[in-house]
Amino acid sequence: MSEKIHPLKKHMRPEVKKTTFCPGCGAGIITQALLRAIDELGLTMDDCVFVSGIGCSAWIPSPLLNVDTLHTTHGRPIAYASGVKLGLPDKHVIVVSGDGDLSAIGGNHLIHAARRNIDLTVILVNNGIYGMTGGQTAPTTPHGLTTITSPYGNVEHEFDIARLVTAAGGSYVARWTAYHPRQLTKSIKKGLQKKGFAMIEVISQCPVQFGRASKQGSAVNMLKNYKQNGVRIEKAAKMEAAELQGKIVEGEFADLDKPELVASCAAALQARMGGNK
Amino acid sequence: MGEAKRINTGTHFMMGNQACVEGVIAAGCGFAAGYPITPASEVFNFLCRQMPKAGGTLLQTEDEISAVCSAIGASWAGLKSMTVTSGPGISLMQENIGMAVATETPLVIVDVQRLGPSTGVPSVGLAGDMVQVARGSHGDYQIVAICPESPQEMFDMTVKAFNLAEEYRVPVFVMAEGFVGHMRERVVIPDESEIKLVRRKIAEGGVPLTRCDFLDPDVAPMPIFGRGLKAHVTSSCHDEHGSRNLSDPDVMHRYIMKPIEKILKKRDRIVEVEADYEGAKLVLISYGAVSRSSRQAVAMARAEGLKVGTLRLKTAWPFPDKEVRTAAESADFILVLENNTGQMYPYIKAESAHACKTLFLGPQLLGQIHDPQYILAKIREILK
Repeated sequence: MSEKIHPLKKHMRPEVKKTTFCPGCGAGIITQALLRAIDELGLTMDDCVFVSGIGCSAWIPSPLLNVDTLHTTHGRPIAYASGVKLGLPDKHVIVVSGDGDLSAIGGNHLIHAARRNIDLTVILVNNGIYGMTGGQTAPTTPHGLTTITSPYGNVEHEFDIARLVTAAGGSYVARWTAYHPRQLTKSIKKGLQKKGFAMIEVISQCPVQFGRASKQGSAVNMLKNYKQNGVRIEKAAKMEAAELQGKIVEGEFADLDKPELVASCAAALQARMGGNK
Repeated sequence: MGEAKRINTGTHFMMGNQACVEGVIAAGCGFAAGYPITPASEVFNFLCRQMPKAGGTLLQTEDEISAVCSAIGASWAGLKSMTVTSGPGISLMQENIGMAVATETPLVIVDVQRLGPSTGVPSVGLAGDMVQVARGSHGDYQIVAICPESPQEMFDMTVKAFNLAEEYRVPVFVMAEGFVGHMRERVVIPDESEIKLVRRKIAEGGVPLTRCDFLDPDVAPMPIFGRGLKAHVTSSCHDEHGSRNLSDPDVMHRYIMKPIEKILKKRDRIVEVEADYEGAKLVLISYGAVSRSSRQAVAMARAEGLKVGTLRLKTAWPFPDKEVRTAAESADFILVLENNTGQMYPYIKAESAHACKTLFLGPQLLGQIHDPQYILAKIREILK
């Protein structure tokens, strides 16, 4: 009897026998979407370098994926990835990390990389809470939600990361949930192909921390909520703010063509060197 | 038309910060990142003009954290890599300096030091970062730090810093101060063929599990990115293959000790001092700009027949313990001169106090260069 092997197993480090993800975590869906996107574009893992920070989703590439991976300090993967990309302009440099890593401690790097329009593809896994450290309030935690660090309800307001990165100048910005693996795969493909800063925000279920805090319970329940509360960006544009309360606006927030940093550096250098002859 | 020279060979009258830039170019640096900060700004300013012509890439980052991180990223992309800053920038970089240590990343950090604490005085030099570059990131580790005393050494030591970083896969600090950075003096840049350059060893083939990419006291070849080596590089505790391991106490011990051993094993090849104290009863120990005043004071004291000498620490870290001990055992007094309140003094005293009386002399006013007459008065007082 031949053993059945998952078609994406080839991209896993052979020595890694298990993941660190809790049962029901959205990281598995996101990993599949990411690897399918790479496969469907005809890319190999050797065409890519992965960079991640600290947090549950940062452990998707490190150690899971059989590829050059740089697992960095908390909040800094985009800063590290910028150096990798400028050193290896022909590689797809992909950042996978969480909402706390990329929008709280690393928020400055996120907006400045978008402003520079450096050719990175960022998969920002947004579970709305600090999962790894035990369920603390994040900049993405809904107002009013009770967490371990907001036991009387969250008095702060949440970031709309997709709009933040769009405003900062990202070339390609999309948001999906873990309920939308096909749309997510398509957006990751577009992000990889985009010459410029691409960020795909994925709202992802953390049943253990967010599910408990929000009393949504199981992963299945959380995915059902994503299905029910999802509103396409085109439709959301015609809705009133009150109607959008508690909804998840999904789709493509930006898809622009504008000069990219690494190419601009190379072009400026060539022009200058040509002029020096 | 002749090809433009890559490096600026010749004799120049040059600012220390500019000489540093010439050293960065001569060393073949491929990536530099920086954020404006006095008194280091000229280094990055000049780099932005000169480095693209030499084929290098630059990134002016949103802060010093991003500067050091992108420089480490570029080093993993295979480029000789650097950043430049002053005290406040070093403070911001500290966590990620630890990352460079833990991942054994070749990296040069030029620190044109200024008066602190806090924002302090940007334009006044003071050797305020001597301990924080060696001990400021959390955990135990060993870096290399070298101390130029002149614009000429800003060139020489910058080249040397790249060579040490590449050879030992370690962050190397060029510990200039505002005085040396802004000093203008004669700088001789040799012909390209006379400048010895070192390049890191690069891992070849195989999978990470069959290679030893980390924790080798003899320096493991670096599995740089983009070559299909499937390198696993993590800031967290890892074994020789780079695999993260947060449960095995033996791996934790090796993760801390091996990168330290790597530097200490080669300390005799790394550490450089300048000794001129034969027959001296009193040895003046100093580093950086203060060494110039120290030499002048000793020349004046010798003219009076006083038995004095100098020991200049060209390397601050790894600490020149043996060299200090040897000096202490040959003399009756050690006088430590530093342009701060005594940052290296406890380390020197630990190696000298068993053998001779060890004293400290800061400048007449902190942030001012030691006046040789002021040092001479102290020499007379000690030897009277």
